Parts: sequence; C-alpha cells; structure tokens
Amino acid sequence: MLRRLMERFTLTDIFMWVVGGSIVTLVVVGSYATLSQGTYTARHWFDFLVFGLAQGSVYALIALGYTLVYGILRMINFAHSEVFMSGAYIGFFVITAMSGSGFLDENPLVALLAVFLVAMITSVTIAVLLERIAYRPLRRSPRLVPLITAIGASFFLQEAFRTLFGSASKGYPDVPALQGTWTLQGEFIIQKIQVLVIVAGALMMFFLYMFVMRTKTGKAMRAVSEDKDVAALMGIDVDAIIVRTFVIGAALAGAAGVLYSLMFRLINAYIGFIPGIKAFTAAVLGGIGNIPGAMLGGLFLGIFESVGPILFLDGLGVAAPYQLKDVIAFTMLVLVLIFRPTGILGERLATAKA
Amino acid sequence: MDQDKPRHWIAVALQLGATGGLAALLISLVGMVEEFAKRFIIVDVLEMGQALLLLILIATGYMTSRRLADRPPRIRLLAAVVSGLVPAVMLFALVLLIEPLNMRSIFPNASPTLIEILTFGQRGAIAFAMMAVAGAAQAAAGGAVPLVSPRWRAPIVQGVVWVGLLGLLQDILRVTLTNIPGATFVLSWMFGGGSGKGLSILGAVVIFALVGYATFRRQGRPAAAASWRSRLDARTARLVNIGIWVAAAVGLYLLPKLLGPYLSEVTNSVGIFVLMGLGLNIVVGFAGLLDLGYVAFYAIGAYVVGVLTTTAVGDQAGQIVWGPAMSFWLALMAAVLVSVMAGIILGVPVLNMRGDYLAIVTLGFGEIIRIMAGSDFLKPFTGGSQGIVQVGVGRIGGLVAFDKPQTIFYVVVAACAAAGFISWRLRDSRMGRTWKALREDEDVAQAMGIHLVSTKLLAFATGAAFAGLAGALFASKIGSIYPHSFKLLVSINVLSLIIVGGMGSLPGVFIGALALVGLPELLREFSEYRLLMYGALLIVMMLNRPEGLMPEATRRRELRETDGPEAEAPPEGVANPGEVAASG
Amino acid sequence: MTTSVLTARKVTKRFGGLVAVDQLDLEIADKAIHAVIGPNGSGKTTLFNCITGFYRPEGGEILFREHHLESLSSDRITRLGIARTYQNIRLFANLTALENILVGEHPHLKAGMFSAVFHLPATVREEEEALVEARRLLGYVGLGGKGDLLAKNLAYGDMRRLEIGRALASRPAMLLLDEPTAGMNPQETREMTAFIRRLRDDLGITILLIEHQMRVVMGISEKVTVLDYGQKIAEGTPSEIQNDPTVIEAYLGRGSASAVLREAASPARQPL
Repeated sequence: MLRRLMERFTLTDIFMWVVGGSIVTLVVVGSYATLSQGTYTARHWFDFLVFGLAQGSVYALIALGYTLVYGILRMINFAHSEVFMSGAYIGFFVITAMSGSGFLDENPLVALLAVFLVAMITSVTIAVLLERIAYRPLRRSPRLVPLITAIGASFFLQEAFRTLFGSASKGYPDVPALQGTWTLQGEFIIQKIQVLVIVAGALMMFFLYMFVMRTKTGKAMRAVSEDKDVAALMGIDVDAIIVRTFVIGAALAGAAGVLYSLMFRLINAYIGFIPGIKAFTAAVLGGIGNIPGAMLGGLFLGIFESVGPILFLDGLGVAAPYQLKDVIAFTMLVLVLIFRPTGILGERLATAKA
Repeated sequence: MDQDKPRHWIAVALQLGATGGLAALLISLVGMVEEFAKRFIIVDVLEMGQALLLLILIATGYMTSRRLADRPPRIRLLAAVVSGLVPAVMLFALVLLIEPLNMRSIFPNASPTLIEILTFGQRGAIAFAMMAVAGAAQAAAGGAVPLVSPRWRAPIVQGVVWVGLLGLLQDILRVTLTNIPGATFVLSWMFGGGSGKGLSILGAVVIFALVGYATFRRQGRPAAAASWRSRLDARTARLVNIGIWVAAAVGLYLLPKLLGPYLSEVTNSVGIFVLMGLGLNIVVGFAGLLDLGYVAFYAIGAYVVGVLTTTAVGDQAGQIVWGPAMSFWLALMAAVLVSVMAGIILGVPVLNMRGDYLAIVTLGFGEIIRIMAGSDFLKPFTGGSQGIVQVGVGRIGGLVAFDKPQTIFYVVVAACAAAGFISWRLRDSRMGRTWKALREDEDVAQAMGIHLVSTKLLAFATGAAFAGLAGALFASKIGSIYPHSFKLLVSINVLSLIIVGGMGSLPGVFIGALALVGLPELLREFSEYRLLMYGALLIVMMLNRPEGLMPEATRRRELRETDGPEAEAPPEGVANPGEVAASG
Repeated sequence: MTTSVLTARKVTKRFGGLVAVDQLDLEIADKAIHAVIGPNGSGKTTLFNCITGFYRPEGGEILFREHHLESLSSDRITRLGIARTYQNIRLFANLTALENILVGEHPHLKAGMFSAVFHLPATVREEEEALVEARRLLGYVGLGGKGDLLAKNLAYGDMRRLEIGRALASRPAMLLLDEPTAGMNPQETREMTAFIRRLRDDLGITILLIEHQMRVVMGISEKVTVLDYGQKIAEGTPSEIQNDPTVIEAYLGRGSASAVLREAASPARQPL
C-alpha cells in the first residue's frame, strides 16, 4: 500500500505540496495579522477593491484578445500589448485636440465616443497588419517561430511609436464630465472614472460573450478554434474568421487602452508591456482559450493585485508591500498552474498523449 | 493560395512601391534618416541616411523584379522603375505637407533638416524631378540584380555589401590598424580626409574590386580549401592541428592589445552573451524548454558575486549589511553553485507544464527575482534599487588583476571556451540525444525509457550554471550591479540571438551574439534605433530564414562514413531479449 | 502449456463518460504473435496506451512477468522490456535515423553528463558499441546507408521500419505494433508481414499487434482478440474468428453475418 502511494506521488510532488502549503500558510497568517491590527478600515478595503475591479476590467479586456487568438491559432500574440498601447496613443491625439477646441467640455459623450472609435480603429488596423504580414505566412511553422516574430513585432511597434512621436510621456487631458466622485452609504467613495471603466468593461464583455455564443461568426470562431481543418471542410472561410478574431480582440484592447489612459492619465510607448504580461497571466489563470475564463481571470488578478499586497504582506511586516504586487500576481499564477494545470475554469483545448 | 490569375505588372509594381514608400516614410519620420546622415560611408559622397533610403529603394526594385520573374526583362525593369517612383512621390508629398499641416507637432522628427536631405537641398519642381530620378534609378538598379547572370551577381552584391560594412565599421578598423605597427599608411588612403570620417572614394573602389574579384574566383573552385587538409598524412595533419591551436592561442593573447579598451569591452559584452547563449541553447535548443525567465540565473550569479565580494558593507547609505568580501574566484564558484541550485528549484514547478505555460511561468520567475532583488524588503541584503557597488575583481597573487577590459577579456574567453567545450561534448553524447528527444516528442521520449524529471532538471541546471557564470563575470566587469540590468529584455535578447544564429547550433550562438550584441554596441548612431531595428530584424529573419544563420543541420553535410550494405542478420545485442537490466 | 508473458485482468479505461476499454481480459502467450482487431474506436490503441503507461487505467490490472504495470510510468515499463510503435508514426523528426535508434538504446546505456564531457574511456567505448549496434539495427530493418537522413525526410515505408528499429533498440521482450502496415501497398504489406514473423522467429520477441488488414492478421497471427466498444467479443485462432458471427456483425452491422457466412462457404471462395 505504502509502495503504491510512493509510486503515485513522486518526490517532486511532495516538494511542491510543501512549497504550496508554506505559501498558503504565510498568506493566511499575514492576512490575519493585517486584519487584526486594524490599520485599514472598511473604507480602505473598499477603495482597494474598487481600484482592483477597475484595473481588472482593463486586464480582462486585454486578456480576451490573448485568449481569442490563442484559441484559434495556438500562439501567444506577444504584440497584443502594443495593440493596446496604439489605441491609447492615437486616442491621446484625438482627445487632446477635442479638449483644446472645447468640444470635450461641451459634448463629453460624443467626444469620448469619438475617442473610443478612433482608438479602436487604430488598434484594429495594427492587429490586422500584424496578422497579414507577420503571422499568416508562419501558420504552419513550429511554435517557436511565430512566437519570436511576435516578440519582434512587439519591440518594433513600441520603438516605432516612441521614435515617431517622441520619447516624452504624454498626458491625457482632464475630462470635466468624469471628474469627481460619488459617495455610497455616506462612507464609501468611488471615482466616476472607475465607474466608467467598470461599467464599460462589463458591457463590452457581455456583448462579446453574446457575440461568440449567439452569432454565426461567433459559432464559426468556436469551430475554428476546435479544429481548423474540419471547420474548413464545413465551408467556413478560416482566414476570414482568423482576421475577424484579431479584429475583435484588437477592438477590445483599443477600448481598454482609452479606459486605462483615462484612469492613469500618463501614457508612453511602453504602457503596453506590463499590462500585457498581466493580461496574459490572467488569460492563463482563467484557462487559456476559455473566454469567460479570461474575463474572470482578469478581474480576479486585478483585485488580487490591489488587495493582496496589503492584506498578505503588511501583516508580515514587509516594508513597501506594493513593490511586490507583481510578485504576488506571479506567485498566484504558479500556484494555480501547479495545482490546477488547466487554469481556474479549465482550458478548452485538450491534448491527448499517443 | 492568394492569387491564381496573373496580375498586371503595373499593379504589382504599385503595390510593392507603396510598401517601399511606407518603409521610407517610416524611417524618415522616426528620425533615422536625419540621425544617420551625420555619418559618412564614403566621405562627401554617401552618408548613412541616404544609404538607408538607397537600400529601401533597391530592395523595392529587387522585390518587384523578382515577383515578376515570369515576365520579359524589359517589363521587369520597367516595373522596377515604376516601383521606385511610388516612394519618390510619397516622400515628396510628405515634404510638401510638413509645413501646412504642422506635422512637427505630432511627429517631432519632421524637421527642416529632414526636408533638406530628402530633397537633395533643392525646392519645388527640381526637387521632385531629382527625387523621381533618384528613386527610379535606384529601384532600377535593384530590379536589374535578378536579371544579371549569377556569375556576376554574387561578386557585385558581395562587393557592395563589404563596402557598406567596412564603411560602417570604420571606427574599429581605424583603431585596430592604429595599433598594428606599420599599418598606418593603409589608413591614409583608405579613409579619406574630407569633411568627415568615412571611406575615401579610392578606398571604396579598392574594396569593391578586391572583394568582387575574390568572390568571382572562388566560384570556380568550391571545395578547394577543404580538400588540401584531408590529403595530408596523419603526422603532418597533427602538426598542422597543433600549429593552428598555437596560432589561435597567440592570436587570442594579442587580441585585446590590438583592440584597445573600448573594443575589448565590446568583445567582453559579446562574450558574456555568448556564455548565456550557450546555456540557453541547452535549455531551449537541445531540450526544447522555452525558458523566458533565463535572466533570473544571470541575476543570481551577479548578486551572489556582488554580495560576497563587495567591500561596501555596513549600515550607511548604499551599503549592504552583510558581506564577507571574499576572493572573486571563490565567489565565482559559489555563484555557479547557487545558480545550479536555483535552476533545479525553479525547474521543479514547471516540470509538467507545456510550452506556452512554461514560457509565461518562467517569465514570471524572472520578474520575481528582479523585483525581489530591487525591493525595499530585501534592501539590507541586496541593496534595493541602489544596487551593490564596489564589486570585487579577480586577482592572481599580487601580480595580475582582472580589472581592465583587456584583462577581463581573458577570463571571459576562458569561460566561453569552457562552456563551448562542455556544450560540444554534451551535444554528441547520450545526454544530448536525450535532450533532443525530449524536445521532439516528450511523451515518446519517456516511452524510450528516458526519465523526464531528471532530464529536464539537468537541462535547467546546466543552463543556469552558464548564466550564473555570465552574471558573475558581468558583476565584476561592471563593478556595480543594479536591478534594472536584469530585465525581461535580457532573456529576450538571449533567446533572439540563439534563434537568429540557429537553434541548437553552437557556432550559431557565436554568430547571433556578434550580430545582436556586437553590432549594436559598435554602431553608436544606432543606439537610439537599436530596438526598432532589432524587432524588424527578428520579424524578417523568422519570415525568411527561421532556421537561423548557421543552422544545426549544416554540420550534417560532413557525412560520416555511409553505412555499408549490412546483411539482414539480426543485430548482436538483441540475442537475449528480455534480459534488459530491469534497473529502472 | 506456454507461459503468459502479459496478463490483463478487467482493465477499464474511462474518458469522462466514455468507456474506452471495458473490463478487458487478455492473455498473451510467450513468444506468440497475437493480433488485436476491431472496428474503429473499439479501444485497441487505448489498450496499448494502458499497457505502455501512457494512460492509467481506472480499474483492473496488467501483469508483465509478475510486474504490475498499471501504476508505472512509461519509462519504467520500457525498462521492463516492452517497446512499441505508433499508429501515426511518432519518430523524432529532426533527428537522423541513426540518432532515433541511438535514443532507443537509452535504457541499456549508462553514460551520464560527467563522463560525456570528459570522454571517460568506458563512455567512449559504450558510444562506439552503441553506434555499431545502431548501424546493425538499421541494416536489419532495411535502412542500411540511410542513417544520416533526417527522420522527417524518409519515405513513408522507411519511417515505419525506422520506428520498429527504434523499438528494437531497447532490446524488448515484447513488442507492440500499432497498425504496422497502415498505408502500405500489397507488396510492402507482404514484406512487412514476413519481417514481423522474422522478428519473432529470430529474436524470440513476443509480438502484439493491432491490425486492420485481414490478410496480415490471417497470415501471421496465432491468436486473435476482437474488440468492440471496448469489450472483448471474441478470441481464438484466425480461422475461428473469421467465421464468428459476432465478429462479422461488429464490422459489418447486424444481420450481415448470415450473408457473409453463406458467401464465405460458397465453393468459389474456399481458402487454399
């Protein structure tokens, strides 16, 4: 019996259980310590939560682009982070022009919609160009080749934007309609911008889900991600579907770019990098290829990143816990992937042995 | 298949011309044309900015002519001309629109200087005429290349390439030639006076002629060089071999003295990346484990050496609280050991992970290490964002100190030689085959009796060892380490250089490092645009030559003896089946 | 009474709700050539995967000379003396034919990293001997002289032979062949059939094969097991199976049994 047990769980399994267990213990102890110290009130936690939700919405929108493309092409579109950035960047020019002419103050709704539209058009253009020039010729190549191409494209786009428009960071102007806060229950303060981000994000995710589940294109997309060749035999134009997938993912990312910029205001050519990695982490967390998984993963990651450092580390006496927020995010990713290798909601792509 | 019916040649020319035009617009607006114009290739005749545009136009014409390979030569040339006119028109439009649209507010590089360069200093109709003629002529030249017979094509292309290369690398040549006694007279005629530094016209012509001639002659007799060596008898062959080794050793000893401090420094940087490349080559190239967090081991090696050798220990600002200030060599060994352990520890969690998950998790590990090293939390031990200064230097007795680029050179070369030797031996061994089988098909490899856990961990450990060694050398070389030296970019750099060089190929690592680390260091104008060209290079390479510049399979051209006609007798070893050592 | 080299008892493999192998009993006699046949999806390859450790069965046990295989990983099973080939050829594509076979020899080589780097004499000798054996194996499977070709560049028939060569390299006591004649023309099929018989006759290896071509099954197998929907529906000698109505129905559908039997019994169709 013991022998059977030993054959089933190898030394590495035991090692991982020990490591995982210690981390969980640390987390629990730290959280308990932080909460019992009472340094942070309910208002603080609410702030962290809302901020995490807003950030998570941005992550979720970007993550959807990663997961959609991965579902269809089995490749990580490393350059997706720059698709996100391009929307934010070009949106900047539009919103600055509108702010300067006063249009933004008079018709905020129309102005913002215009910004979103231009941003999404930009990001879609970049994505479609990427697909045609860099990815399509390499569809049958071994996995590493399109990955490297994507990495190259990512650098290229970052630097192109930087050198074309200048290295200085640019700031999104004030949007009077979005200034200020709302107060709930007399105590909890939420910024108007955060509300916009969360609501807009939720709306877009909802529409995407409906699109993929209900429309003909959506069904075709799911078919292609199951089996490209069989889908082609069913009469589906696989190339067109792939382009459409890129378009949808890019549109979401472009919108996310504007939302991000409205929240954080300062943008430059490198703003895509970290959110891109986080978003891909979120997609993997939720189960790569899984659309609700990407949404869930993004929101989860955003909240975890916002609440986690203070909750876990403050109680343990760690100085400047916010510096380590990325560490927390990645550690969580590793733990999830070790103990649930296919992600939270499970990936949609199964690979059989032999 | 996109198009099945043949397209009209004008359509092809216009499309390719538009692509070329976009490229030309891009490099103009990013500021490359203006920036590069400061350096001459051929003094007063050709500066780098113009050369870049020239290249684009030649490439456009060449692609057009090649795409229309099935048309008569007249049409091909005509199409090339048309494809050269399109960029000219586009650039002229740009020039016209810069002022009225106030493009400078969005594109800071749309400056008067740019306009000057693009229009050859002219205005209006003359400018347009000159641009059109230039565009058409350059594209026509490119279009003519596929039409020229191959015998002439190679010499011309090689000649031009070498003129360009030597013009670009003139700094190295000048420095090196200055250090060789008696070579200064070459300097005087090859590199001109004139208003800047660059090849003189005479120099350019001479180089072109020499290279062209050499290429032309070599075409006639391909395998000449290889055969004379095999025709020697054993004793002479051995003497020749020894002779080659001795010459190489002497050459390496003298090299840093020839190169001087700056170039030695560049070589050291290349060497450190070669070291890392060899390590990652084992992890990714041999074993197929996509590790995007390789920089973690580099960082660990550097920080171990930093902490163990620094003399800035105490509780003042910029100091760490614990540091034994030990000898560099001991710290070096410790760094490698700690890296190996880290390789195993970080390898365990990812044992069961598939390609892309493995990539992102290892990436995460790399970031975790970097963030922790620079965090306030660990500041007393790792120096936080201020890093560690006064890192120790290798010394032998009281005599030799490896503190200058020229001396560190020897340590770097020794490390690379050791790593290269180990990689070479491993490649052709049972272990190497095991790793490659793992790369090709993990499940079937396991079914061959291969123990996956130990195989993967050994790959990680070996790769980590090389990276740790590289990090240790890096720390000593720079003298102080900061967390921002260990960004994801480094992992990507190393990955790119082994892919550009050819994955799994040992000479490829060297070539990749030269191309992706050495060249950018040497060409300082490029520093602003380094990553831009880097990204473009990766894309172009993957689209055109994904197997790399020096792929693994080329060595297979050296065929071993072919297997003789074996009789269909059963192989010896299988005489007693079932007596396999059930030792597994 | 020949001994059984492999015994499977009540082996069950499930994928979610689908039962791929259902309470299967199987006994393979030592040095026999035993065929497993059945319509597509009847669980044949799944059975192979359970034997070789690719899958872990949910129930039952598999014994190979007193060793329990159900909980072992595939590398341990290979070291016990079982080797296999694959239905859709899984060679190491970017390695040469020779290297493929050398990898196959892995279980009985001992060299490690240290001895490889320093070229210890024992290791150098071991490599030389391995190379000699690999070349001999290449010749034995009919690929002499093609050792330096990349596996992916070989002709289809050569790929199948190479897979067998690679499997033989581990000096197995039992060889599992998954559709070895798939995609072959009659001439190649005849050659392969004769080759398989020689493997058993010359080397004393027990052969378990999955086959679709009846000619092969009838030609060389001594015992045939028929699967359908993961269950064993018949077992016996080839001629017994050929006339078994259950078997015929499994392949051709209900009611066809009588028609086929009548046809088979007609004078023009009597076997030689």
